[in-house]
Amino acid sequence: MSEMPQREAYGRALAEYGDVNKKIVVLDADTSSSTLTHFFGSRFPERFFNVGIAEPCLVDFGVGLSLGGFIPFVNAFAAFLSLRAVEQVRTCVAYAETNVKLVGHYAGLSDFKDGPTHNCVMDLAVMRAMPNMTVIVPADNNEIVNWLPVIAEHQGPLYFRMSRDKSLPVHPADVKPEIGKSIWIREGSDVTLISNGAMLGRSVQAAELLAEKKISAGVLEIHTLKPLDVDAICLAAARTGAIVTAEEHTIIGALGGAVAEILAENCPVPLERVGIKDRFPVTSKGADLLMDHMGLRVLDVVAAAEKALRRKER
Amino acid sequence: MNYLSEARILELEEIARQIRVESIRIIHRRGSGHPGGALSAAEIIAVLFFDKMKHDPTNPQWEDRDRFFLSKGHASAALYVALAKTGYFPAEDLLNWGELNCHLQGHPDRVKTPGVEMSAGPLGHGLAVGAGVAMAARMNKKRCRTYVMLGDGEMQAGIIWEAANVASKYHLANLVAILDYNDVQLDGSVHDIMPLEPLADKWRAFNWHVIEINGHNIRQVRDALDLAEEVHSQPTIIIAHTTKGKGVSYMENSSKWHGAVPTAEQLDIAMRELNEAGGAK
Repeated sequence: MSEMPQREAYGRALAEYGDVNKKIVVLDADTSSSTLTHFFGSRFPERFFNVGIAEPCLVDFGVGLSLGGFIPFVNAFAAFLSLRAVEQVRTCVAYAETNVKLVGHYAGLSDFKDGPTHNCVMDLAVMRAMPNMTVIVPADNNEIVNWLPVIAEHQGPLYFRMSRDKSLPVHPADVKPEIGKSIWIREGSDVTLISNGAMLGRSVQAAELLAEKKISAGVLEIHTLKPLDVDAICLAAARTGAIVTAEEHTIIGALGGAVAEILAENCPVPLERVGIKDRFPVTSKGADLLMDHMGLRVLDVVAAAEKALRRKER
Repeated sequence: MNYLSEARILELEEIARQIRVESIRIIHRRGSGHPGGALSAAEIIAVLFFDKMKHDPTNPQWEDRDRFFLSKGHASAALYVALAKTGYFPAEDLLNWGELNCHLQGHPDRVKTPGVEMSAGPLGHGLAVGAGVAMAARMNKKRCRTYVMLGDGEMQAGIIWEAANVASKYHLANLVAILDYNDVQLDGSVHDIMPLEPLADKWRAFNWHVIEINGHNIRQVRDALDLAEEVHSQPTIIIAHTTKGKGVSYMENSSKWHGAVPTAEQLDIAMRELNEAGGAK
């Protein structure tokens, strides 16, 4: 499982879950051979809808299916789902409180070869700003597979954000993710690395490097950006007195932004945000290469942790 | 389908008249709203809610009900009056429209208002949502029908044609769009701002069944809705030619009255022209 790209883990698991939950319908916008929803489509052709390159209609058609009692999984590239169809999402999903599962694919920098138009480093800020929306960023394939029944059974609007590519495995096969409940991946006493998505595995590696430097770094996974696990963030601040966030997203408005808001209002401690620093990405020959280029190296997380520690000790 | 007697036509015309009267009254009372497009839709809404549709105001979630989507959500006044008159909520609620604690929003809200199938406001959503609902009804083996009322300004939005494709691809014969074609939008005449013609040909080219009627003629509205049931492989659009602000002389065909509120004097004139014995009240 860990050898697969995230999209393949999702695509195969969704097709299997379709047998369990007959209310699931799957929609795509001419990307099913990329998102790999075609596994579901070929197994359940009567519950699969490809509407062509029409993301706004994709969302609203899914809304209609949800009003008819189905559970639509609405799949598209995150960049287009969160931006081209954003008004449909706002009005007909979030505001209208419809039971639609929006699945953003190829998010972050994972569509490295298609370039800045297809990279998506602002979707989470957009989705998090919407009332009623649940926002989830899984870290690895085991987590993705185990999220599927949870998000299908959750009543209400939900955004699920995935990478095109492989991510470093973090979770065991039987991980049981719960909405709004963060996961302590590693305990630590000097600094807490708060992360999600593809940056979680890199944060674990950073914690190991920090350990070699005699710095005890905890790793907290906040997979649910909304509703946010405020208690866990405050606990991390109390325990370690220094926080680093690491995310494959602009540092504005998503994990880094959310944690900054919580810390500032509740439990101020030094915070360093690793993420994309308010600039567009570039085209690359590999996702890891692009993540490194955009400031998401393991060493960037290590350096941020050391900086946060220095600020704490001042 | 059952024959529409002359007496029944008169009843429905009276209901349409009342929808106009009450729409203008509540817009005046709230000091905000969209009278022009509410008045142009009055007969269509009267026929749907008081004659054609299977629905149960005491059980808004009845699974087998026909569904109505007001895609041109700014005509909310006419919808609210119809919902109140059929019993989805007390008529007194109309008097509180716009109050902070009132369930009636500027544009329809499915969460707050009983009988509203879908929230609307930004134009263009209704047809794609309606297509999804029609598809769900087919998958659920329900015989209910989905009606979507569109405005002509909406025809300028790309998502309408995306939805036209989808409904056509899936042969959603249980989906009926009704276009309130009054040729007036916020900034002026539709044919000046962004011409739509040849509109019927466009819909035919998208593989829809097209019926053109006078949208203020009760019998034509009912006949078109009945005829749509005889089309078994395509969605149907009823292009209803209407008059914006129908029934109030100073509002008719005027973009000024797309979203304007009548003064007390203008309200009085409107009530007289609509033969409302009680006057402005």
